[in-house]
Amino acid sequence: MNLHEYQAKELLKKYNVPVQEGIAVDNVMAAEEAYRQIKGQTNNNFAVVKAQIHAGGRGKGTIKGKDQRGVAVGKNLEDIDNIAKNILGGTLVTVQTGPAGRKVNKILIAQDVYYPGPNPVKEFYLSILLDRSKGQNVIMYSTEGGMDIEQVAHDTPDKIFKEWVHPSGGLLGFQARKIAFNLGLSGEAFKNCVKFVTNLYNAYIGLDCAMLEINPLFKTSDEKIIAVDCKMNIDDNALMRHNEVASLRDLEEEDPTEVEAGRYNLNFVKLDGNVGCMVNGAGLAMATMDMIKLSGGEPANFLDVGGTANAQTVEAGFRIIMKDPNVKAILINIFGGIVRCDRVAAGVIEAYNKLGDINIPIIVRLQGTNAEEAKKLIDESGLKVQSAIELSEAAELVRKALAKSE
Amino acid sequence: MSVLVNKDSKVIVQGFTGTEGTFHASQMIEYGTNVVGGVTPGKGGSTHLDRPVFNTVADAVKATGANVSIIFVPPAFAADAIMESADAGIALIVCITEGIPTQDMVKVKNYLKSYSSRLIGPNCPGVITAGEAKVGIMPGFIFKPGKIGIVSKSGTLTYEAADQAVKAGLGISTAIGIGGDPIIGTTTKEAVELLMNDEETEGIIMIGEIGGGMEAEAARWIKENGKKPVVGFIAGQTAPPGRRMGHAGAIVGGAEDTAAAKMRIMEECGIHVVASPADIGKTMAAALKK
Repeated sequence: MNLHEYQAKELLKKYNVPVQEGIAVDNVMAAEEAYRQIKGQTNNNFAVVKAQIHAGGRGKGTIKGKDQRGVAVGKNLEDIDNIAKNILGGTLVTVQTGPAGRKVNKILIAQDVYYPGPNPVKEFYLSILLDRSKGQNVIMYSTEGGMDIEQVAHDTPDKIFKEWVHPSGGLLGFQARKIAFNLGLSGEAFKNCVKFVTNLYNAYIGLDCAMLEINPLFKTSDEKIIAVDCKMNIDDNALMRHNEVASLRDLEEEDPTEVEAGRYNLNFVKLDGNVGCMVNGAGLAMATMDMIKLSGGEPANFLDVGGTANAQTVEAGFRIIMKDPNVKAILINIFGGIVRCDRVAAGVIEAYNKLGDINIPIIVRLQGTNAEEAKKLIDESGLKVQSAIELSEAAELVRKALAKSE
Repeated sequence: MSVLVNKDSKVIVQGFTGTEGTFHASQMIEYGTNVVGGVTPGKGGSTHLDRPVFNTVADAVKATGANVSIIFVPPAFAADAIMESADAGIALIVCITEGIPTQDMVKVKNYLKSYSSRLIGPNCPGVITAGEAKVGIMPGFIFKPGKIGIVSKSGTLTYEAADQAVKAGLGISTAIGIGGDPIIGTTTKEAVELLMNDEETEGIIMIGEIGGGMEAEAARWIKENGKKPVVGFIAGQTAPPGRRMGHAGAIVGGAEDTAAAKMRIMEECGIHVVASPADIGKTMAAALKK
């Protein structure tokens, strides 16, 4: 589960990780009040307005129809007011959102971290994630902060450092020091960085993060180390033990159809193709999508109905797939092991009758327990449903259906 | 010879008296698996499915001499169940549970380093040696005895592959469902190695998914050590990058873990790579004739 920047920063503060201070608001009046507060706290007229959406590239992204970036600095109340008006309710398009963009419902009014002081400011990069091959968490960091880290890794791989954390000892003191030294820090900033990294790792473990990225990790002119931006992704499997975090889920950031599918315990991902599919098992679902492509179509979705394919789940699956007007055919591929194919077939027939006339071809491939009985049921139902037992037959039926629809 | 489990395996079920445990234990017994008992903390001393129930895995091992455990414990307690089994000296631990938090598995993987136990899974269909023992949730009737070994990250896709191999007249020796999570006990390469050294296995079907580098690692091992034909399929050629496709591990992170990259590496290593899942069985049959 992804969190907004403002949510992630609040969670980090609970672990004593210093962050760029800010107040999240959803209307212009509240933005003005937040600005007054931030100004009072920091004794600085400058403040930053940051659009809160689940996508990166906000600073370079623009609000549709307006000359407005997703992150902007204001130097007085009027500025803040204008920026807030532009961003709130607008649609932010960034490299990560695609051309459709995302609606902005919240903005973060944040302190200006470039305030003057005795020393120059510096930006770094730091993230914590799982190294699957080693089975360990790894802290990845770089002196090149505030930039696209994939670009840095590509152009100057020697500027990316990695520190693996042994599961039995956790992050050790020497490792935190090594990170601070490699970032070229000394004095107060060094000490602050060691504390920052130690507490950040505790947050990563304590919150069951799947990924935690601080970019930029920032050294202020008075030697503080703070998180200016934060991307936090929580392991979905661990949400059961973090109720307070689970409640931060923002459904507005998710595809409404995917949210609806979740309610029926269906695992659905919307894609751009023309053949819908409904499958039991994630691997077989992906394989079915691949087969659709090889048959001349493009998969319109990923849909795993899980271990229990019955009339209710099949009906919900049908409804969800048919919401997409681009769908020209639907392929149901169920390998019945524990679930009996004849039951699934009865479910398909029941759902079909309930939904009335479906005017796109439906191909049902049922294999496994009672596959023959299932095929008979479908064939004798009188419905415009084509049945198959072998996967290759199903692929052929998809090919024919697509050829006809053109 | 067979791999991991056979008719002599003494199997206990952790989470024996729960709904899942009860259902699948019955199916395993029906298949002929030697299920010697089960574990449900607090229910020790009772009997379930005509077999003794124990409070701890250690008690179960002491009383029955069990050497294999299959786990149906809910995700919040599954990591603990795996480590309990290892501590009790179980040689093969098969964890079916889906949805175990990743950091729990980081702990488990590290814990297991001090033990000789082998873990299969989690989030997997289990292991079956056709005609001898089923330690898993797969539909047993599909797996007719024969000469093909299967290694797979995915459940129903394993059944699909087994069905095709059986219909091609080849049959199955042992099928190993290794699971689709980011951290699993037995890797693709380790499972392939077991089958490569198994006398009953004449060909290997290796089914992977997008995400991670396990298939590439296995392919490179096969290039150096392979002595039997291997047919490979990677699910997720059409999966968009950055989206998690069902399995926690099935997400394209970098350029190296896409289906295309994996298929290319596998081909370079001499594996018979199929683009369509419908071609697995016939490609295996053809490869064996060569």
